[in-house]
Amino acid sequence: MLQTVLDADFVGDATSFRDTHLTAYRFMLLARMLDDKCAGLYRAGKIHGGVFIGRGQEALSVAIGLALKKTDVFAPLIRDTAGRLAFGEPVVDAVRTYLGSVLGPMRGRDGNVHRGRPKEGYLPMVSHLGAMISVVNGMLFARRMKGVTGTVGAACIGDGGTATGSFHEALNQAAIEKLPLVLIVANNHYAYSTPNDREFACRNLTDKAAGYGVESHSVDGTDLSACLKIVGDAVARARAGRGPQMVVATLLRLCGHGEHDDASYIDPKLKASPAGRDCLKVAEEHLLRQKWADAAAFAALRGEIVREIEEAVAQVQREPAPDPFTEDWRAISTGHLNEGHE
Amino acid sequence: MSITYLEAIREAQAHALRDDPRVFIYGQDIGAFGGAFKATKNLAKEFPGRVIDAPISEDAMVGLAVGAAIEGMRPIIEMQFADFSTVGFNQIVNQAATLFWRTQVPCPITVRLPFGGTSGSGPFHSQSLETIYAHYPGLVVLTPATVEDAYSMLLEAVAIDDPVIFCEHKYLYYHLKAEKLPSEALPVGKARIAREGRDMTIVAYSAMVHEALEAAAELVPEGWEIEVVDLRSVKPLDTDTVMASVARTGRLLCVGEAWPWGGVTAEVIARVASEGFGLLDVPPQRLNAKDTPVPYHPNLWTAHRPTAHAVAAAARKLLRL
Repeated sequence: MLQTVLDADFVGDATSFRDTHLTAYRFMLLARMLDDKCAGLYRAGKIHGGVFIGRGQEALSVAIGLALKKTDVFAPLIRDTAGRLAFGEPVVDAVRTYLGSVLGPMRGRDGNVHRGRPKEGYLPMVSHLGAMISVVNGMLFARRMKGVTGTVGAACIGDGGTATGSFHEALNQAAIEKLPLVLIVANNHYAYSTPNDREFACRNLTDKAAGYGVESHSVDGTDLSACLKIVGDAVARARAGRGPQMVVATLLRLCGHGEHDDASYIDPKLKASPAGRDCLKVAEEHLLRQKWADAAAFAALRGEIVREIEEAVAQVQREPAPDPFTEDWRAISTGHLNEGHE
Repeated sequence: MSITYLEAIREAQAHALRDDPRVFIYGQDIGAFGGAFKATKNLAKEFPGRVIDAPISEDAMVGLAVGAAIEGMRPIIEMQFADFSTVGFNQIVNQAATLFWRTQVPCPITVRLPFGGTSGSGPFHSQSLETIYAHYPGLVVLTPATVEDAYSMLLEAVAIDDPVIFCEHKYLYYHLKAEKLPSEALPVGKARIAREGRDMTIVAYSAMVHEALEAAAELVPEGWEIEVVDLRSVKPLDTDTVMASVARTGRLLCVGEAWPWGGVTAEVIARVASEGFGLLDVPPQRLNAKDTPVPYHPNLWTAHRPTAHAVAAAARKLLRL
């Protein structure tokens, strides 16, 4: 049963409630297993630098990935493997960027979560939190100037990112220009190791939107159904011309900041609270309860995903690494304006 | 009829807006008001919807420009003063400057920085920031010294597929006049011999070119013929033209209005010393502003930055070596 759904393209509102959930679940599971694979490669010393996974944030992430059209703009954050896959990123792009393959979108020049294809509306983040939001604004602003209509741009950020100046400047800018921006805030309760009470003093992060005249929405980030609905509605509102929308999801990061981090600072009470539920398990139980899938279907899906990921990893491990001797070492596209090259 | 440096900048923007529908300008007070210096006077009326007031959010201004550039536009960002570009620094050096290298998608934005000292402007409306931007890979940094260059280099900046930091000197805005706008120009990346000479080379850029030329004139009665090289663009830096001049004169003085630590003058001297040591008859020298914030009072300000007299004094010292 899962298989037929998985083969069908997701077509937004027109797809039935059940099919949407099954599609979302597949991307969540794919993301979880891809993240786990990358974490394993990291521990095996196969990945240079860090690995940053989205365990516990897949429901929110997949909801925004599915709510966007391929012609929209998406600026994911480091825990958005599910959203990236749902937006259309192939598994091989993620693996190539982690392993530094020269055939990947970043060609070994940038790595891990810093990947994207700007011309396809899929932005590769810089590490400076909040800085991607105004870039999404700019793409939406330019499209409006060019007469392109019906487009939406989503930017994702965490609770820590809402404390940056860039976040405030960009949210205010989007409000002034009435841009179709959807700002997804994953409040996973920790900015690296810093808890919420050292990051903000407002009662709820949605208060920040109110300050700029931006509509905001709260959602339980562990509940896939709620995420699909609230995020989907926010995207629809932005598309309908109601200006920027902010969605604040409450959830808990079920892993460290990166795979180097044991997350020992996470309060056990939070882990035991509703925010600490594993959204993937919650979704699975929901599918079982609704009889939309059974144990055999889940097992088959897992087997299929394992094969997909293993094939991608095996392929990328055979691909060439970047070569410093053929690298052109030019940071400027206008050839003669480069400095310092031999 | 004459045209000022500032009017040349306005005309270049009008020209770019007229010729290329992808161009728009975004900055504070630039719409109906026409800009703090009137560099966009009447442009909002002439080009409706394309000369747009921004909130006081330099970070978001540059971020928006980068996004628009990805979508194929050619935004010009007006910083009200170069000093305020530090608020947008992150977007310039980490977003705009890395985009092409990371993704192969060019980032054709022009960031205009009204920079440099004018009497009474003080620490936060006088800074020269070309050095700090030139330090980052991925940026082109232009410093026009003449009305003609202000016009032609701004037009070229908008046409370049990469982020350009366009440093326009506020002191030159009204002081400098030309008879007409140029129909042709040296390309970006080429320095210009502003004055030919045989005894010494002074390398300068932007407003300091004029202090250097005045110093050269001051030294004529003393029998010295000073060559002045106008860098025009500090990144890329035209090392060849500098080296050829030093080969003719054997003496080098570099003059910059920026602070002394590191910077354009240090870069020029490092290049000449390492690649052209044998061309030098005496150790090269440089002259910069003092290593303090830019002072307010004219007595302090004129002593803080290199003036024609200070350049002439430094030149005399070098000529006696």
